[in-house]
Amino acid sequence: MRFVLRRAGFFLLTLWSAMTLNFVIPRLMPGDPAEAIFARYKGRVSPTVVKALEAQFGIHNNKNIVLQYFDYLANTLRGRFGISTYYFPNPVSKEIATALPWTVMLVGITTLLAFLLGTLIGTVSAWRRGGALDSILPPVFVVTSAIPYFWVAMVFVLVFAVSLSWFPTAFGYTPGITIEPSMHFFLNAIDHAILPAVTILITSIGGWILTMRNNMITTLAEDYVRMGRAKGLTSRRVMFDYAARNAILPNLTGFAMSMGFVISGAILVEYVFSYPGIGFMLLQAVSGEDFPLMQALFLLITVAVLVAVLLADIVTALLDPRTRQNA
Amino acid sequence: MALLEVDDLSVSYATSSGEVVAVDHVDLHVEPNEFVGVVGESGCGKSTLLFGIAQLLSSPARITGGSVRFKGRDLVSLSSRELRAQRWRDFSVVMQSAMNALNPVKSIGAQFIDAVKAHEQMPKARIRERSAEMLRLVGIDPVHLKSYPHQLSGGMRQRAMIAMALLFTPDLVIMDEPTSALDVVAQRSLMAQISELQDALGFAVVFVTHDMSLVSHYSDRLVVMYAGQTVEVGDTRDVFDSPQHPYSQGLLDAFPSIRGPKTTLTGIPGAPPDLALPPPGCRFAPRCPMVMDKCHTIEPELYRAGSALARCLLYDGEAK
Amino acid sequence: MSIVTSQVDAGTAAAGLTTRRRGLGFIRILLSNGKATVGAVLLLIFCFVAAFPGVFTDDDPRADAYDRSMGLSSHHLLGTTAYGQDLWAQVIYGTRQSLVIAAVAGALATAISVIVGVAAGYLAGVADNVLSLLIDVFLVIPTFPLIIVIAAYKKSSLTVLIAVLVLTGWSYGARQMRVQTMSLRNRDFLQAARARGERRLYVIVVEVLPTMTSLIVAQFLGAALYSVLAAAGLQFIGLGDPNALSWGTILYFAENNEALQTNQYAWAVAPGVCIALLGAAFALLNYAFDEVSNPALRPVRRRGRRGVAGS
Repeated sequence: MRFVLRRAGFFLLTLWSAMTLNFVIPRLMPGDPAEAIFARYKGRVSPTVVKALEAQFGIHNNKNIVLQYFDYLANTLRGRFGISTYYFPNPVSKEIATALPWTVMLVGITTLLAFLLGTLIGTVSAWRRGGALDSILPPVFVVTSAIPYFWVAMVFVLVFAVSLSWFPTAFGYTPGITIEPSMHFFLNAIDHAILPAVTILITSIGGWILTMRNNMITTLAEDYVRMGRAKGLTSRRVMFDYAARNAILPNLTGFAMSMGFVISGAILVEYVFSYPGIGFMLLQAVSGEDFPLMQALFLLITVAVLVAVLLADIVTALLDPRTRQNA
Repeated sequence: MALLEVDDLSVSYATSSGEVVAVDHVDLHVEPNEFVGVVGESGCGKSTLLFGIAQLLSSPARITGGSVRFKGRDLVSLSSRELRAQRWRDFSVVMQSAMNALNPVKSIGAQFIDAVKAHEQMPKARIRERSAEMLRLVGIDPVHLKSYPHQLSGGMRQRAMIAMALLFTPDLVIMDEPTSALDVVAQRSLMAQISELQDALGFAVVFVTHDMSLVSHYSDRLVVMYAGQTVEVGDTRDVFDSPQHPYSQGLLDAFPSIRGPKTTLTGIPGAPPDLALPPPGCRFAPRCPMVMDKCHTIEPELYRAGSALARCLLYDGEAK
Repeated sequence: MSIVTSQVDAGTAAAGLTTRRRGLGFIRILLSNGKATVGAVLLLIFCFVAAFPGVFTDDDPRADAYDRSMGLSSHHLLGTTAYGQDLWAQVIYGTRQSLVIAAVAGALATAISVIVGVAAGYLAGVADNVLSLLIDVFLVIPTFPLIIVIAAYKKSSLTVLIAVLVLTGWSYGARQMRVQTMSLRNRDFLQAARARGERRLYVIVVEVLPTMTSLIVAQFLGAALYSVLAAAGLQFIGLGDPNALSWGTILYFAENNEALQTNQYAWAVAPGVCIALLGAAFALLNYAFDEVSNPALRPVRRRGRRGVAGS
């Protein structure tokens, strides 16, 4: 129980930090971005919207900054993120809702796949040590995991989309076709998702393979693995039930920890492919100086990472009885 | 035919500076129900010998020669399936530190189940019964089948390992320093337990340790190892009371007697040789208080020395 | 995009680190481990190029003096950009900034991670709780979006870029340092120092840190790698200083001029290759140091083939 409480505390603290950062950063920067937006809004909106924005950015607000802060917190927690300036007059939440599914589909699925596949390959490759494969693979993957995601994306676009024309060069679907839950649209979407997905898969899987392999190698030297063999269990059983089950534990924590990298990679890949996910939207928001949208996206991403961390913690607690003890 | 016949066994490690021979042409015979103690200092090869016998070596170690006959069949030549079938039913292993030897993420009961299911189709309930029975035998409350290794004390863990090793009442149990991680009181208690179990169930024990005085209370025979070779083999009483090999003498001189007269404790000066470059001739020669000139050139065999066998040129001239 | 290769149990790692490794040990490591050698050679080449760009090219990288978008030729090894600049010169001169960013951001991030991590691990108690929480929060907050948000409000200069990289890159290393320090805290040699009455700071600096040198070096390499890739990413999307000459900014211009779609392959590919090579150099060295901290990871020799160099 204490364990759960501590994690919940951490969760809340991080969330609070993210919200505070969102509040503090625009107010710390030189110049007044709030004024800039405001100037852009004037003349285009109704007075109520103006008031709402003022409240959000604390412009012309005689309220004490501490009170402004609490207003901001209250608004955010209630999901009132304001109106997007770039996609005016749509509210921020609506915009995010259109982009979110694309990212979840692309990034969520490929990352999970990369993790699972990578872990599996790492396990097997550690088991078969000493072979030619084992000498070649690690250095290869070490190198591939140092290659920037976006550059790989660019190369893929170059080779497969521009030169060979096997796949479309950009976007989530062919511009102009109707967005509807039909097979036609679905297939079109998948066609557009393949290159970005492969990019993410290829660049991220190396890291998982290497981590799992290294963890496995350390684990395989443990006495309990030898005991497993001594008891007459099959190699497969020993590999998975004794070695991998222990080796994967640090990996799970690592999965959560590396969400940051996953996200940065995803943002860049979406950018190169103009894929309509939240990463792309974030960059659009930045170049369009759409601060409400930017802040909301930042918060959303933070929450997503926290959820991933929490999930990883839960899975670890399920798999490792010792963590349940060390509350 | 002895239960276990190890003949001329050699085990080497492949290292970056060449092959290191950790076990050098070792013979070891064990009769049914016998308790054989294998003693020696760290690095003498006794654990490697044990793993070599149990076919549990992992690269870069491997068997380079000799045979290990268990009930007449050479374990080295068995296929992995045949070997697996024999494991645990006919011979089992108890390791040094149960904290490291028990899978930390599985409950004790689950690990027992693993061992049984690898060899027999037994309904879970029956397995649980049997496991509980074995735990009771070693003095552990069967409720601990649900416990995880980190929840038990060191002594309990070790006894749980022994219980697990006896699940199929094998004919031979190989133990690698099972008492080294325990305090003195727990050590004695464990040894007594092992001895009781041996009487009750009937199995042979090969017990590896550096603590000669501990094992000699319970062993029938002693094998002393040095630098990868056996240097003295004989009945415990003979080896303990009148050691023939200068190394065994040195070892026993290093142990104080609690009841006897006060004597000066002497260690054995020097250090064991680097097994990558063993010295020519007798390996103990550089440290031996009774060294002769020929010890540096001739490699001694095991010669008969009284009622024991000793690898020392002091006794050559007598046929083995 | 990350090197997350070593989450080795610190206990095991610590076991291999009880002997102190000094300077000569590093040289030995570099020479004996194939990966390290390749990585070190690459790094040296880049350092040389950064220090003496004039050796490799005569052209001024900023001068739009040439015909635009020319292909590869003996005058222009990589052709020219759409602005008429010599691409080879750009790539050569761009090396300096990329390397500086990697080294400075890497070093600063490592320094902070060592200070915070070791303090947290050694001091324990309340200090540890507070510091760990700090580390965890920084670790979890998504760094790239944060960088983007910051950069959006303030157009970035090199200093801001480095500051942001340091702020977002130190937490990973701090965690490792903390775990390592905790496992060392109760070792005998530290107990002995405390028994002698040494002050805590002394114990930390003189006794603890030297045992962690390989880990610290590995952290630095990891942080440098992160900085190279993150900086490139930021510059690529336009958040760097467009007037700076760096590989990431070259790619930014390439993308903006639709280099890929208009057959100006070299423009899009060459800077990326350089980033990848520099990243690979750090990654290889990092991996080699992982192998040093954990001997079990070293390549296993096949039977019967003696003297094969570890790869």
